[in-house]
Amino acid sequence: MTEFDCDAVIVGTGPAGATVAEVLTEAGWSVIMLEKGANHLMSLEPPFAMSGEITNDEIKFLRRYFLEPDPLLEPRTFRRTEAAGEREVTGSVNMLPTGLGGGGFHADGKLPRFREVDFHLLSEFGPIEGANIADWPFEYDELEPYYGAAERIIGVAGDSTGNPFAAWRSSEYPMAPGADMYCAVVTGAAAERLGYNPYRAPTGANTTEYDGRPACNNCGFCAFFGCPIDAKGDPVAPLRHALHTGRCEIRCESFVSEIVLDGTGKNARGVKYFDTDGVEHEVTARAVVLGAGAFETPRLLLRSDVGNRTDLVGRHLMFHLQTFAVGQMPFRLHGYKGRAVTHLMDDPIVPDALAQAAAKEAGLPYIRGGIVEHGAAGHPVMEAMYSPPGPMHSRMMLESPMRDCMAGFTMQGEDLPLLTNRIDLDPQVKDVWGFPAGRVTYSPHQHDVVASHHWAPRLEAVMKEAGAVNTFSATSPPLPGSRGESHNITPQSRHIMGGARMGNDPDTSVFDKFQRLHDVPNVVCADSSVFPTSTGYGPTLTIVALAIRAARELAGLPPLTSQRPPGV
Amino acid sequence: MPEYLTEAQFAVLEAACEALIPPVDGHPGAKALGVADYIDGALGAFSVDPPRIFAGGPFSGRFGGGAGFSTFTKLTKFQELAWRTRIEGSAGIPEREINGPVVGWQQIYTEGLARLGPDFLDCDPPEQLRRIQSDDVLFPVLWAHCGEGAYGAPEYGGNRETLGWQAIQYPGDIQPRGFTDAEVSGP
Repeated sequence: MTEFDCDAVIVGTGPAGATVAEVLTEAGWSVIMLEKGANHLMSLEPPFAMSGEITNDEIKFLRRYFLEPDPLLEPRTFRRTEAAGEREVTGSVNMLPTGLGGGGFHADGKLPRFREVDFHLLSEFGPIEGANIADWPFEYDELEPYYGAAERIIGVAGDSTGNPFAAWRSSEYPMAPGADMYCAVVTGAAAERLGYNPYRAPTGANTTEYDGRPACNNCGFCAFFGCPIDAKGDPVAPLRHALHTGRCEIRCESFVSEIVLDGTGKNARGVKYFDTDGVEHEVTARAVVLGAGAFETPRLLLRSDVGNRTDLVGRHLMFHLQTFAVGQMPFRLHGYKGRAVTHLMDDPIVPDALAQAAAKEAGLPYIRGGIVEHGAAGHPVMEAMYSPPGPMHSRMMLESPMRDCMAGFTMQGEDLPLLTNRIDLDPQVKDVWGFPAGRVTYSPHQHDVVASHHWAPRLEAVMKEAGAVNTFSATSPPLPGSRGESHNITPQSRHIMGGARMGNDPDTSVFDKFQRLHDVPNVVCADSSVFPTSTGYGPTLTIVALAIRAARELAGLPPLTSQRPPGV
Repeated sequence: MPEYLTEAQFAVLEAACEALIPPVDGHPGAKALGVADYIDGALGAFSVDPPRIFAGGPFSGRFGGGAGFSTFTKLTKFQELAWRTRIEGSAGIPEREINGPVVGWQQIYTEGLARLGPDFLDCDPPEQLRRIQSDDVLFPVLWAHCGEGAYGAPEYGGNRETLGWQAIQYPGDIQPRGFTDAEVSGP
């Protein structure tokens, strides 16, 4: 009988790893969590209080890599196509935070569910040439109870009546939504006048005291910051729940270098990791859980040469193609007050007659955009950099057309999975531990581009209806041939998905329907690497729902069930 | 007395910042905002301990709570490696040359300010602006730092007495006060 250091070793402490830690420790398992970044989040001693390092500080969080991987230590590389050479960009490429709490730390906490059709896009609408669209290996109905559980763990504030396109649900949101931001009141009313369906965003920020954490006080520093007052549930809540069991040990500044298999090659024995002194350690466990995110998890699998029998690891990488439609208003919007985004609309996800006509014209069976976030502009240092130097600068900063008077829609456009969009190991560039940097090769499919072209003017029209004196639109990544290509060619969406898709067929997928590696079943992936498609929704709530499901299966707990209401 | 630059270099830097962010009615110029002090403070960040890289927390004290921003956070080993490399350059130290040599801010500024010319202080603002913007090495770094020094938290040495924030009708960090629901939703 082999003695293990713990029942499960978990790589990464973001929404995926934290959720698995909560479920497994509650089931009596012991876990060791390994996190490559530092701990800026909270004390690891009871009562696990906030660290006090999370602040309303634009320099610290947006300019100095307090949360993001520092590109001098952990560079990534990017190229649009293989033909572009070894790499076009070295440095910051779509960095999610590193550190205790992972990607959940910085998010502004919008937590929508996917829709029923998102789980069987291929069966419903058929294939699209050049893309590898796949059905998920289960349906929405199977995931529904886990969505409810995820909303309760994190503490999601939402209104189940507001979105006419929402999937059915068996439970209410645990809290009502927070205060509507003025900016979204203005653009939301305009959208309704034009026949769209804005609704109050489900958000992981407390509106009442919840789970021992206070209500959000509208400080406005959500996206790309952490919450200074502990009002944001993701990922603090599941980490704290796990720590409270006494069965969870967290080791930060511990970089997992390799998944270690036993002699059979069909079973993982644990992982190796380096501490900051460069000393190598090994943790042995009955199961290895990967929650390093859809960039680092495929990179770890490739580095370990595990699970890649079919050469699918790293492939089908997806971001959202973000379309920004901006309106400059003749009045101030004070978008710095309150949650970063309080309203969403799903209209571009459910093609109307105009979108269907645009698809037909482009020779596509459909175009699906994504969720539209009704938001405001960024913070003043960012504004300053966009306001040209010289006398014009100070005048623009006074009038603030690029911040305080600016409303912005961000559409998170569905990004089709392509075999050629991938992460692999850069042949030259290295990280601080001496391992090859992850390299992204990525270009959006024509579908994504057509959807963006179609929706940008429609969203600008909403801005005009809302009173904008000037509108413009842009995308990230920039569309081929657009002016943005001279600026930054990397995708800015921090929604990273795919790279190790799940499915029932071991020849066309990397993980099975319970997110176990087909080749090495005691390796479970809890993060968005497993997504077969990107949908047009933010991924986090689905990551958490999937992680609960995968962890319960791993622990041998019965599946959660729910009942679809009659007539839905 | 500047912390890293010489008096002469500081004078050129201050004039350069003032050309980039000049005073207009209702908005102080870079000199009054202390932008050059911010930059000099960043170049000399490691002359204090903990270094002037990440302000502490959780609050600044401007809207309640203690003045936590004033105490900078202790860096992790990797944070120190990255920030020394970024500011001081790799300087031939192997562990800083993960992917080859890195030119640090200190060198970018000292060489860049010299390239602006010995007569820079005597030039009119349009000529100063032209020289700064035509310097592909200095300008991108300087321009980003001007934004940070004018509109970042004052604990980093710029945005003196929050004059930058006041000019643009921005309260800055607002914790622990926050905003009321009415302040969020109303015009």
